[in-house]
Amino acid sequence: MATFIDRYPFEAKVVRYTFAVSFLFLALGAIGGMIQALHRTGYLRFIGDITDGSYYTVLTSHGVFLVIFFTVFFLVGIFTWAVTKELDRELGNPRLTKYWVTSMTVGAILTSVAIIGGFSDSVPMSADVLFTFYAPMGAHVLFYLGLTIFITGSWVAGYDWFKTWWDWKKENEGKRIPLMTFMVLTTMLMWYLGTIGVAVEVLFFLIPFSLGLVSEVNPLLTRTLFWFFGHMVVYFWLMPVYLLWYNVLPKLAGGRLFSDPLARVVFILFLLLSVPVGIHHQYVDPGIPEGFKFMMMTNTMFLLLPSLLTAFTVVASIEHGARQRGGTGYFGWLRTLPWGNPAFSGMALAGLMFAAGGFSGMINAGMNINYLVHNTFWVPGHFHLTVGTAVALTFMAGTYWLLPQITGKRLAAKKAAAVQPFLWFVGMTFMSNAMHRAGLFGMPRRTSEPQYEGFDYEPAFGTVAEIDAQVVGGGILLTLSTFLFLYVVVRTWMGTRVSADGGDEIIDDEIPPALSGPEDSPRVLDNLKLWTAIAILLVILAYALPIAHIASQGLYEGSEYFPMLLEVLTA
Amino acid sequence: MEIHKYEKAWLVGALVLIVFFISTVAYVTAVTGVDMVDESGGTIHPDDVSDDERFGDPRVEQVGENEFEVYMVALQFIFRPDPVEVPEGSEVTFYITSDNVVHGYQIVGTNVNTMVIPGQIAEITVEFDEAGEYGVLCNEYCGIGHADMEGKVIVHPEDEWEEMQGGDD
Ligand code: HEM
Ligand SMILES: [Cu+2]
Ligand SMILES: [Cu+2]
Repeated sequence: MATFIDRYPFEAKVVRYTFAVSFLFLALGAIGGMIQALHRTGYLRFIGDITDGSYYTVLTSHGVFLVIFFTVFFLVGIFTWAVTKELDRELGNPRLTKYWVTSMTVGAILTSVAIIGGFSDSVPMSADVLFTFYAPMGAHVLFYLGLTIFITGSWVAGYDWFKTWWDWKKENEGKRIPLMTFMVLTTMLMWYLGTIGVAVEVLFFLIPFSLGLVSEVNPLLTRTLFWFFGHMVVYFWLMPVYLLWYNVLPKLAGGRLFSDPLARVVFILFLLLSVPVGIHHQYVDPGIPEGFKFMMMTNTMFLLLPSLLTAFTVVASIEHGARQRGGTGYFGWLRTLPWGNPAFSGMALAGLMFAAGGFSGMINAGMNINYLVHNTFWVPGHFHLTVGTAVALTFMAGTYWLLPQITGKRLAAKKAAAVQPFLWFVGMTFMSNAMHRAGLFGMPRRTSEPQYEGFDYEPAFGTVAEIDAQVVGGGILLTLSTFLFLYVVVRTWMGTRVSADGGDEIIDDEIPPALSGPEDSPRVLDNLKLWTAIAILLVILAYALPIAHIASQGLYEGSEYFPMLLEVLTA
Repeated sequence: MEIHKYEKAWLVGALVLIVFFISTVAYVTAVTGVDMVDESGGTIHPDDVSDDERFGDPRVEQVGENEFEVYMVALQFIFRPDPVEVPEGSEVTFYITSDNVVHGYQIVGTNVNTMVIPGQIAEITVEFDEAGEYGVLCNEYCGIGHADMEGKVIVHPEDEWEEMQGGDD
């Protein structure tokens, strides 16, 4: 039977393109990560010493390339695949599709150029502001313009999928929204709602600020607007992962999804709760009353619910699959799982690390314990488990399964592919564990040289040298693993095309329906308008007072511009 | 919609866990009165910092028998005043602001940790029960010299402090 590329050549091309861009940013990001690990620990410092800003140019690129461009380009690819495949129809309007693909690409290039300009003194451009770009630090205006063009592109992509669904609905009166499409649509509604924060921040404050049109902004306000967006974006990375875990992982394990309705409930909960929690990133900010922080913490804790439900469903579905394959016993069934299949092992290991990341996340979320770990190395330790593994490794694993469908070529270098997820897992165990421990004795994140003159760290156990070694060793394994993945992708891409009617050479792309389907779930679950309305209401309830409180201190009153240009600072 | 009985048990367990987390934080905050950084420090326009009665002359000031106040400004790339010196057993309230970019103030290995945001005054109260030297660092990226930005809190033993005061008179 013909696979995706044969049935939807245009969409397959779109997915191939967005994946290629995504992986390019992954490669650049991994190189940056390696440089950081070597530099911070003092193992190898070739990007300049402490008075040179290059470390922060690398750090800005590592953050922006990985958590904005790698993740979102992959997301638009997989969402395009999911909607097209599931609704069994092309995206209605190729010109629209080309528009958003172009817009996102141009935006990413502009922002990247602004960042990379920071490496050279002769280019009067730099954006060493890290991926959080807190005012009054300023980047070159191109940095913000690029992000704007990139994000508006993603908005149009969402419209493209909605339009495809509306067209489908006309021909399928009264049918339930198919599950993957349901996930795509709720995720995009969440994205529209959450990106309002960063859009207001950039358009009304940072762009005018960097152009000198306004002379001051209120740094607490822009920060708060950033985190209005900044926590939601965490789930934007995670939703395509859940899409794969719910729909593809059970099938790879040899079974099928346990419950379709519960998956819908989970996505609805994310739509409702992922925005009105952002202030949990500002627990230690002055100027925000404690009551607001407590309220956001409460919402944050409830946001644990959909992830805990996911853990249950995913494990139950995998176990079901293993038992279908003949697995028995309490834990004996684990052995029957296809650990040699990198698509399976990657997603399963990613899920395991996500559970660990969940634990350290609960610590971060506690308003009081947060004081101990805020802005320490603990924090990157935490999110290299979540976005850095649960997301990145699942994307790689998903690629092993998807690439044949969108290229029409068989997965190449199967042995390399089979070890790659395990290499990542081991590397991340070292790096992340060491980062967590270093954070506990106070080593800060975002610092080129965390060695100080006036004091020494006092680790509860182990030594700083041993922790540094683990960060570097783990980082090396991770970088190797990344390039092994890229090698498999390139080899596959260069392979020969399987013929569409190729007998036993069938490319597997089947997703079996859930054990309990949507039929017997309440129809209200599919009422997207209702859920959006409630989501907006919750955001207003949670954010109206904090933002009013902060904005009352002045919108365009506060700090003057501090451009992060080497020339300006050293002049 | 059919919900499996294990699924139900898990759901209930998850909710109990969540409520437990929220109540422990509520309990710890309410009962032990752990001080959170909030709006109590007030605001100050960055342009006014250098002329301000408190921040124009960053210093440590004794305000009660064992009570001290520190008016601190975070600059690119030092803290003023530095070091902060107080006697053992004292209760010290820090007021910290910045007239430039965002910084962080963290006493290493403790939970004294706050953002320093231009326009805002961070207020934190710390009890120093043990004499010794505490390292301080800036934990928010603030520019090229960020990694150099450190400081110290020196908590003197009672007798040493008396001597120091005596010497001043
Ligand atoms: C090759 C593998 C990787 C290595 C060796 C690595 C290493 C590091 C190190 C050492 C830091 C801390 C730098 C500092 O705070 O001074 C860091 C920060 C970070 N990493 Fe990674 N990383 C890797 C992969 C990833 C991936 C896959 C992601 C996400 C998809 C990611 C996202 C981030 C983010 C968001 C930061 C924080 C940037 C900031 O503080 O502004 N990293 N990484
Ligand atoms: Cu968050
Ligand atoms: Cu700093």
